[in-house]
Amino acid sequence: MTDRELKLKSVEYRQKILRYIYHAKAGHTGGSLSCIDILNVLYNQVMNVSPENFDDPGRDRYVQSKGHSVEALYVVLADLGFFPEEDLLTLCRYQSPYIGHPTKKVRGMEQNTGGLGHGLAICSGNALAAKKDKLPLRVFTVLGDGEMAEGSNWEAMMLAAHYKLDNLCAILDYNKQQITGANADVIGLEPIRQKVEAFGWVVREVDGNDVCALADTLQCLPFEAGKPSFVIAHTVKGKGVSFMEGVLKWHHGVPSPEQYEQAMKELEEARQKLLEEVVEA
Amino acid sequence: MPMEMVQTKDIPNLIVFSETLQALAEIDRDILVVTSDSRGSGKLVPFGEKFPDQIVEVGIAEQNLVGMAAGLASMGKKAFAVSPACFLTARSLEQIKNDVAYSDNPVKLIGISAGVSYGALGTTHHSLHDFAVLRAIHNLTIVAPCDNFETAESIRQAAEMDSPVYIRFGKKGMPTLNRTIDPTFRIGQGRTIREGEDLTFIGTGEAVLPCEEAAEMLAEKHGIRCRVISLHTIKPLDESLILAAAANGQPVITAEEHSVHGGLGEAVAALLFQNGCRNKFKIVGLPDEYTVNGSQIEIFDHYGISGKGLMGTALQLLGSGSGK
Repeated sequence: MTDRELKLKSVEYRQKILRYIYHAKAGHTGGSLSCIDILNVLYNQVMNVSPENFDDPGRDRYVQSKGHSVEALYVVLADLGFFPEEDLLTLCRYQSPYIGHPTKKVRGMEQNTGGLGHGLAICSGNALAAKKDKLPLRVFTVLGDGEMAEGSNWEAMMLAAHYKLDNLCAILDYNKQQITGANADVIGLEPIRQKVEAFGWVVREVDGNDVCALADTLQCLPFEAGKPSFVIAHTVKGKGVSFMEGVLKWHHGVPSPEQYEQAMKELEEARQKLLEEVVEA
Repeated sequence: MPMEMVQTKDIPNLIVFSETLQALAEIDRDILVVTSDSRGSGKLVPFGEKFPDQIVEVGIAEQNLVGMAAGLASMGKKAFAVSPACFLTARSLEQIKNDVAYSDNPVKLIGISAGVSYGALGTTHHSLHDFAVLRAIHNLTIVAPCDNFETAESIRQAAEMDSPVYIRFGKKGMPTLNRTIDPTFRIGQGRTIREGEDLTFIGTGEAVLPCEEAAEMLAEKHGIRCRVISLHTIKPLDESLILAAAANGQPVITAEEHSVHGGLGEAVAALLFQNGCRNKFKIVGLPDEYTVNGSQIEIFDHYGISGKGLMGTALQLLGSGSGK
């Protein structure tokens, strides 16, 4: 996929995230918008996962540790053809499998998540099993910055380094906000790079809303043989919608009809701009 | 006829577990043991020496133990996560609930030194809550084998289960309560190890032995014939066996190495009451108080989870208008 196609996907995914959250009147808007570029690049550029190979033991694995940003994952999986996109009109409805966190009831989901601090340990188990079976697959997880306060993440980080799980890559969606406020005010996370490095991982930092930079970074895994890889993806909560960017209330805010119209207009303008660029190119 | 108690050498279920797992690991390379600095307490040192590639150490990190085991199981590994029952079922409860049961990763959770096996080490090391908390979690089988035979069989069957299971046992030597190997043993189906029609003891785990001792004494001293059921599987409950045992209206006594709240006794009580059974009924277990200090046996004696104690409870129930 070209850089422009990837960029276009991100804008379209943002439109879809807002469409389904608006329709459901529920969802984690800010975090889904901050991590969507990461998911876009993982699924469209990096991972060997598709509806066709989803039952193949050799596929790459993705577990979303920050499960609440499930809307971002839904729109990517639908785009890849795991399920019809219109199913997302049932998001959070009575008896719908499309609930507010990942579940295996939805094809394409590897694990049920939602409680924070669970993804990394599960991924470590996946990665270790792959090593034992000499499967060349890779395992990915996206962590939220708020959930880095969960001790279980650090337990898993010790383990992944100990077992030299260089087939494991964790990406921190570092939008620097959590439900109560800025990470720095809630519970200080910094210096996160040094902490993760001290746990034996190799760390790269990247603009997590720049699909080209993300793709470049994630093409060179593992960063170092024998060590797990950690990407600090600096992102903006609510990215792509001017009045949502960095504004705390959009953690799980649902737009009003006027706000929805405004947001979709902005995103459509961004999309048109990209389309024109594609034509020019 | 009451089945004869066997005077075999008393072997801890823990040893039987380790030996059974070694035999399985020999032929199945997908068997993995995951320990949280617990290979010594789990008697798994020989396992680790024989199968260094099939043991994974996570350190003293029980949440990671269970989450990691879920990740191994989801890749097709038969992961046995082994840790003292007290830590396994409290510290990693959310991992058991989400990563194992909810995500349907068929981890085999092995709670060692369960109940009050670590008697004098105190409440931190007791697991008197595990049946209660785990019973309330969907998609989890709960097993407490009473002796060496049930331990070996439940480990073998758990290895082949494609759904999550929790098995807990203690560490002291246990006599095998049934000499003949019972080929009908199935997780989920209780075993009647002594027939009788005057009263039914339903025990689980290491509380079955005192039920059997009580039944023996009641027969010898009072001519009272008691049925003894080893209800090794707490969930799913063998409802038909329990209802059949209660059908004649005679008293039912449950015995367990667990709090009287939320364990086997309350499970049986709910079943009986909701099916219209109004038998005289008593739950014997650990009362809702700070557990007395002592060895496992001393604690059992203190709370009447003993042959003598259960005999007394039986006589009380029988003596208060049940016709005996």
